[in-house]
Amino acid sequence: MPLVTIDNKEIEVPAGTSVIEAAQQLGIYIPHFCYHKKLSIAASCRMCLVEVEKAPKPLPACATPVADGMKVKTRSQYAIDAQKGVMEFLLINHPLDCPICDQGGECQLQDIAVGYGGVESRYAEAKRVVSEKDLGPLVATDMTRCIHCSRCVRFGQEIAGQMELGMPGRGEHVEVMPFLESQVNNELSGNIIDLCPVGALTSKPFRYHARGWELSRRLGVSPHDSLGSNLTVQVKDGRVQRVLPADNEAVNEGWLSDRDRFAYQGLYADDRLTVPMIKDNGRWIEVDWATALAQAAGALRVLKETHGGDALGFVASPAATVEELHLLQKLARSLGSSQIESHPLERSAGRGQARWLGMPVAKVNTLDRILLVGSTLRSEQPLLAARVRAAVKASAELSILHAANDTQNCAVANAVIAAPSQWLAALTEIEQALKGASASAEAQAIAASLKSGANKAVVLGAVAQIHPQADALHTKAAAIAAACGATLGFLPVGANSVGAAVVKAQSGDVFAAPRKGYVLLGLEPELDCVDGAAAMQALATAECVVGLTAYKGRAPEYATVLLPIAPWAENEGGLVNMEGRLQTFNAATRCQGEARPAWKVLRVLGNQFGLEGCDFDTVAAVRAEALPDGWLEGLNNAAPAVDLGAAVAGAIEWLAETPIYAVDAVTRRASALQATAMAAAPVATANASLLARLGGKTTLRVRQAGLAVELAVRQDDRLADGVLRIAAGHPHTVSLGARMGVLEVEA
Amino acid sequence: MLKWIQQFFKTFLLIELLKGMAVTGRHLFLPKLTIQYPEQHTPMSPRFRGLHAQRRYENGEERCIACKLCEAACPALAIHIESAQREDGTRRTTRYDIDLTKCIFCGYCEEACPVDAIVETHIFAYHGEKRGDLYYTKEMLLAVGDQYEAEIARNKAADAKYR
Repeated sequence: MPLVTIDNKEIEVPAGTSVIEAAQQLGIYIPHFCYHKKLSIAASCRMCLVEVEKAPKPLPACATPVADGMKVKTRSQYAIDAQKGVMEFLLINHPLDCPICDQGGECQLQDIAVGYGGVESRYAEAKRVVSEKDLGPLVATDMTRCIHCSRCVRFGQEIAGQMELGMPGRGEHVEVMPFLESQVNNELSGNIIDLCPVGALTSKPFRYHARGWELSRRLGVSPHDSLGSNLTVQVKDGRVQRVLPADNEAVNEGWLSDRDRFAYQGLYADDRLTVPMIKDNGRWIEVDWATALAQAAGALRVLKETHGGDALGFVASPAATVEELHLLQKLARSLGSSQIESHPLERSAGRGQARWLGMPVAKVNTLDRILLVGSTLRSEQPLLAARVRAAVKASAELSILHAANDTQNCAVANAVIAAPSQWLAALTEIEQALKGASASAEAQAIAASLKSGANKAVVLGAVAQIHPQADALHTKAAAIAAACGATLGFLPVGANSVGAAVVKAQSGDVFAAPRKGYVLLGLEPELDCVDGAAAMQALATAECVVGLTAYKGRAPEYATVLLPIAPWAENEGGLVNMEGRLQTFNAATRCQGEARPAWKVLRVLGNQFGLEGCDFDTVAAVRAEALPDGWLEGLNNAAPAVDLGAAVAGAIEWLAETPIYAVDAVTRRASALQATAMAAAPVATANASLLARLGGKTTLRVRQAGLAVELAVRQDDRLADGVLRIAAGHPHTVSLGARMGVLEVEA
Repeated sequence: MLKWIQQFFKTFLLIELLKGMAVTGRHLFLPKLTIQYPEQHTPMSPRFRGLHAQRRYENGEERCIACKLCEAACPALAIHIESAQREDGTRRTTRYDIDLTKCIFCGYCEEACPVDAIVETHIFAYHGEKRGDLYYTKEMLLAVGDQYEAEIARNKAADAKYR
């Protein structure tokens, strides 16, 4: 290994290490703008110039690999003169409008200019002005401030896999801009805000609201997908002002998806429930907690005594914390009910089983072969998609089985695009091809891919888990994984789906037969259940519905008691992510109004019923009871024993995915996310041949069982034939009924 | 011993008293320095730090750009600012309060201001009659600025060559 001397300190580093990295290991800071440890080397800013002995001129430390015996001086007069010269050039066209720049106070250029900038500018000529670019509702631009480090461009190319920004022009005419005046429409676009070392790209929802030094930083865990990205929640005046990533190499690698970053706006939606409310003769009145809790407990007790425990159904969001779900199931079981649902967006009969990724998240980067079954990965798990892309870039082969051949952020080696009813047959063919039997060309190709390679995984996504044949798909995927020696993995639907199963908060099918009473925890049943219409029907006929919710939404229509609970930034607890990692967090801000963390509400509800063992003082005590030692052994991807019956095929099958910004109540209320193209109103898309069969209309009236829904039509030839793709989880499509069903189109 | 004898004579010869009377007597004939406030005022430096004011540009636009440097510089935490984007896209304060009961009149806010928006005027005789009267909001500060703009501009110009 080469031995280098940097500022008279010696260090031995592997060949190929750059000088800037070697210096970093020695604790020597070299100023830089374009260098970023996760991105390729551009060496475009020249700020990291250092003196290297025997080199004829200063060399950029980021692009200079170490050599044996190299002597580097980073603080010599020669190096500092070079760095100061570069800084003077960088500041020539920089507007120096720090007082009105949102980056002020947390700007690398500002910081480094203090050390290397001149006292006065020698530049008296006119500065260049660059026109603003419209990058959409999330990223604000002030392109005049750009110093052309190209980090944002490289992020799009290398990490997100979608090059939406480019840097055309030369010299003074170089500009960062989106292609053809289009916007940046990427699920990871917010990261370019963090990457930008100056104030050229800033957060639009946060624009001009606060300074970095005013904000207190609290750690958090994202509840919007099952990766559980680590967050730095920045708070001012008791209000979340913005969310930034917290570095955790094993989970989010310092990145953050836009959903995790901008969903905080939903915390301050107009329909936040901040006071307990009860329905009194058809009118909603605000009451104190004691009255509301007594009312709720009284009504539930009456129902239990007259109709038995199973007349009560308990439904929770899979993003509720371990503690909340544990107390909910404890309450349900003490009341004699076996009707607890915490996986409302899954169809498997065995969804109480704690199914997980099957491997650590970090291992995804090292996979050689991936078969992804029924997953719209980029909208389900945006940051896991970036990891899959990293694996593919490092020579992995990705095969997919889905009903839509969406644009992926990486190369897809093999794709079987089929209507959902054909998926089981497609998996069976792959299994047979693995055994050497004859099969279709695509199945052979996937089998050949899975036979080679060392680290392999078969992963079932959210669409496979809401599929009518979810258990059969699981069984077949398990057989394929066993046949080729791959790991079988699941992409859990909710942030705490794994934890919910571990604490046994899942048994029964709550909405299959309407119950007399319901307790809802943190979900909007019309949007967060497999069949929102049926759920609403069941709730409408129930005598008592206790809604523990942070938002009013449509709850006043069906509920009888509304208890305000704290959404994620105001809540405390723990979430178990897809790799079985328990991540705990404290409240970042106070609860709004009278809202309280749901674990406290459930604890007091338990006290109202006089239940034993409900006297917890801290959330940690609940957690200790919920997750006893050895709970991790409960994670289990074993296939259930099911009979692989034939699917209900129809002429038009509904591909019903939850759009990326409709996954939970908070995200659905985040105004900036809802203004993006990815949150547009639902339309019906189908391929050309299905559209021709439907008569080539521009709008369709679609129905399954209930009311018809009118939708605009778009052609998308990436869809399998016979598939109509309509976004679920949207108020407009609730009446279409059970997701992934067979649709009828009215003439 | 000698000190003790000196002290003994001083106590009944009233030498200290006579010394004091001499000073009083001398000042009876020196020119008088008393200022008849409020009719008369002592001369004031253009840098005098009194009541705060928010200034406007000549076209009536408020100067403040909500950079929050004054808030950061304030050692007494007397300034509270909330900011947002105005309809025309500019960065503006939605709230700018100075609690004059916290203020120590150090003038750091004025020094920090990159656009000379927050200034301290020569006004030192102001009062409040009930709790909260000395909590100055943006409107009150702008009103002070509007009233004394000519004087503020004159003081700023006088001090300009030393800044």
